[in-house]
Amino acid sequence: MAGGMKMYGKHRFPGRLFIVEGIDGSGKSTQLMLLHKWLESEGYVVYFSEWNSSPLVRDVTKRGKKKQMLTPMTFSLIHATDFADRTEHDIITPLKAGAVVLADRYIFTAFARDVVRGVSPTWVRGLYEFAVKPTVSFYFRAPLDVAMKRILGGRDAIKYYEAGMDLGLSDDIEKCFELFQGKLIEQYEKMVDEFGLVPIDATRSIEEQQAEVRRIVMHALEGTKKTRIRRWLDLASLAKDSRA
Amino acid sequence: MARFSFFGEGLPGIDLEELKGKLIVLEGSDGVGRSTHIGLLKQWLENNGHAVLDTGMTRSPLAGKRLKQAKEGHTLGGIAMSLFYATDFADRLENEIIPALRAGFIVLTDRYIYSLMARAIVRGADPEWLREVYGFALKPDAIFYLRVNIDDLVTRVLQSTGFNYWESGMDLHMGEDLYESFVRYQRWLLGEFDKMVETYGFDIVDASGTVEEVFPRLRDRIQRIVERNGHAQ
Repeated sequence: MAGGMKMYGKHRFPGRLFIVEGIDGSGKSTQLMLLHKWLESEGYVVYFSEWNSSPLVRDVTKRGKKKQMLTPMTFSLIHATDFADRTEHDIITPLKAGAVVLADRYIFTAFARDVVRGVSPTWVRGLYEFAVKPTVSFYFRAPLDVAMKRILGGRDAIKYYEAGMDLGLSDDIEKCFELFQGKLIEQYEKMVDEFGLVPIDATRSIEEQQAEVRRIVMHALEGTKKTRIRRWLDLASLAKDSRA
Repeated sequence: MARFSFFGEGLPGIDLEELKGKLIVLEGSDGVGRSTHIGLLKQWLENNGHAVLDTGMTRSPLAGKRLKQAKEGHTLGGIAMSLFYATDFADRLENEIIPALRAGFIVLTDRYIYSLMARAIVRGADPEWLREVYGFALKPDAIFYLRVNIDDLVTRVLQSTGFNYWESGMDLHMGEDLYESFVRYQRWLLGEFDKMVETYGFDIVDASGTVEEVFPRLRDRIQRIVERNGHAQ
């Protein structure tokens, strides 16, 4: 890759990149899954990308978290390392090939949690300058109490860093988690205008949210080729709603 | 006022006022004798009653082991590799270097952000971006740049370890064989180091002689740093 590090907003690819952001319990992963299904049924080639994907980096992250040896700075850098690997392998390659790339969480997750941990906002934005600018960034906006109700009780135990226990906001892990999520919301709200995130009201029904997401995505897909082979298309259309 | 400062946006939660020791960097290409000199300097400083921490790249408890594997397997791309090194460096800075400076040690470091930046630049990372990323690093008291020309370097490496894949920049596909690749890669790195001399105030040490010739030059300059009671750079 010598000689060519492209900066945010400067990449030009035939593909499209859609990302979802929001706190835990905002329902973003469900919405992305539904979008994924729909895009495939429409005949697009879809790639799905998530955090912590490269095995080498994942090992370091896991160990650092388990032994609680991460500082705000190393937490930030190890996640940026993983994201860079993901960008170079999982995102740029399919975008070049004209695919639709979907990402569950993106650089805005890092901006929110690193800044809450005390890392400089300008520094962390600079750190991710190599990221590809998404075609559309959806922000699933859920009030804290709504998100908390969806999460607590209905999932595995919350982990140390996930709850922001390293910030020492509270000794009680659930209380700490809630305080941490509240601070993340503040950061997301600041980024709506800064990065043109598209807010989706996550208190509405799943169907209403998905309809809005699909409308926006469909508009952004104009000019993107459907590259599925014919036979697959026919099969996909059978599974589609007959009224559509 | 604190003796130390950061290059840019610093580390969260660090009180610079608490840092009392000295931070001395030895830079220079592969095979130039950095680790030999650090060993001798440590001994000499300790004989004179100073507590010394010597440290180097890719040794952090957090990422050191995996970083070695990443190098060997060369599976990570250029930007990811640069950031992996930055993670490793941050871990050592926060968990080794800063605590030692707080305790009043003289920290001798075998390479610093300059080598990391030079390697990242030849692998395609943007220099301005790197400078921002490494804004969290402490400005050292002195940076000694052990400099040799490319011919001397080739001779030295042949005499000691031989060319290895990574030092030869083979991942960059720069030449037909290890020798050709090594020469082009190291020449490129030297060029990047030379560009940094003024920007970062490197103190150039001619390292082309024997250890016996080079060491006294280094020692005398470090003597002055150790006796000085001013700000770091």
